[in-house]
Amino acid sequence: MTAPAALPPKLAELVDDFSGVGVKDRLQLLLELSEELPALPAKYAGHRESMEQVHECQTPLFLAVEVASDEDRTVRLYFDAPPEAPTTRGFASIMVSGLDGEPAEEVLAVPNDFYLALGLGEAVSPLRLRGMAAMLARIKNQVRSAG
Amino acid sequence: MSVPNDTHAKLASYAHPERLVTTEWLAEHLGDPGLAVVESDEDVLLYDTGHIPGSVKVDWHTELNDPVTRDYVNGTRFAQLLGEKGIGRDDTVVIYGDRNNWWAAYALWVFSLFGHQDVRLLDGGRAKWVAEGRELTREVPNPTPADYPVVERDDNVIRAFKDEVLAHLGKPLVDVRSPGEYSGELLHMPDYPQEGAVRGGHIPGAASVPWARAAAEDATFKSREELEAIYQQEQGLSPSDEVIAYCRIGERSSHTWFVLTHLLGFPNVRNYDGSWTEWGNSVRAPIAIGTERGSVK
Repeated sequence: MTAPAALPPKLAELVDDFSGVGVKDRLQLLLELSEELPALPAKYAGHRESMEQVHECQTPLFLAVEVASDEDRTVRLYFDAPPEAPTTRGFASIMVSGLDGEPAEEVLAVPNDFYLALGLGEAVSPLRLRGMAAMLARIKNQVRSAG
Repeated sequence: MSVPNDTHAKLASYAHPERLVTTEWLAEHLGDPGLAVVESDEDVLLYDTGHIPGSVKVDWHTELNDPVTRDYVNGTRFAQLLGEKGIGRDDTVVIYGDRNNWWAAYALWVFSLFGHQDVRLLDGGRAKWVAEGRELTREVPNPTPADYPVVERDDNVIRAFKDEVLAHLGKPLVDVRSPGEYSGELLHMPDYPQEGAVRGGHIPGAASVPWARAAAEDATFKSREELEAIYQQEQGLSPSDEVIAYCRIGERSSHTWFVLTHLLGFPNVRNYDGSWTEWGNSVRAPIAIGTERGSVK
């Protein structure tokens, strides 16, 4: 299965990686991604009040979105989730790997249901997957409200 | 074969102390013949980040639920599952997991539907084991398959279906969800519907006792005395009552089922696994909203 054309290149590549392997390897991939989630930069570390909580996730997840004032309105993403929530960290890491550094327009164009193409539905319950939809919705809201 | 009980003094005060083991006990008994250790988590990846040596993972979503019908797996599938995990019918199974043993209690309840005799929880679950700096490994065991017999589920004793809950109205019910879910305020969150139920509120007459009240700070169960204070003194439940517990899909209420049945010794407790995702979508099912228990007119 090929990724929808509207996906930014790095996200499209991730979708291809996931959909190209079996269910067990998809979980392994998600685990590796969860370990690669970048630590918070100093300006956010310990400052959860300056981040937005993604309540739809079953574990505490905090998100910060920055939109630069350059021509592309480059989007930067920062997430904070505890180590005992690797699935949530994995989802956040997909967002960072796939969308961080992309122009605002590209981020807003990502289909809300893009995560279905990752093929995680068989291994991860719908409720868990909803967390990913919520992350994208909140990212888009913040990008929009950044003007 | 089964292994000896944990005789720790804290456990001795519970109605069925043989249903719990402490982290100390488990550390001493790891590798004993006849002992199987199972991790069951909310987070599907947590086991893979490191688990108790020798433990196998059981996933509630992919392994205990039927993939098509909203139900649990049947006896054949359960026998196959436990056989593959190397668990025998007479083995002692100790289950532990994340979030105060929330999903571990759910797995224990499902094992109990199949009448697996000796199934216990690790008091304090994964959190306590980790907090004590005990050993974790990423090595996934490759158990010798066991010959687990096909035993069909008995849904009559500890499981309740919707019609049985309707017939039960007027007798004690425990709603173990959050206060917002109980009152009916929480149904939708910004951006998309949350719980998949079209109506909010609770089953009329149900007491509100969020499940995690039974857990202490360190994720162990509260003492017998503290649990009695909550369920008996505060909520007025009595061991002679027939009680039905419910939540959203029956997972959090398995935890409360465990507390009432095994720690407080209530012999007639059932878990309504259809819970709010069934009740809140059912045409003409009576509902009470707000913080009062309400009653059926």
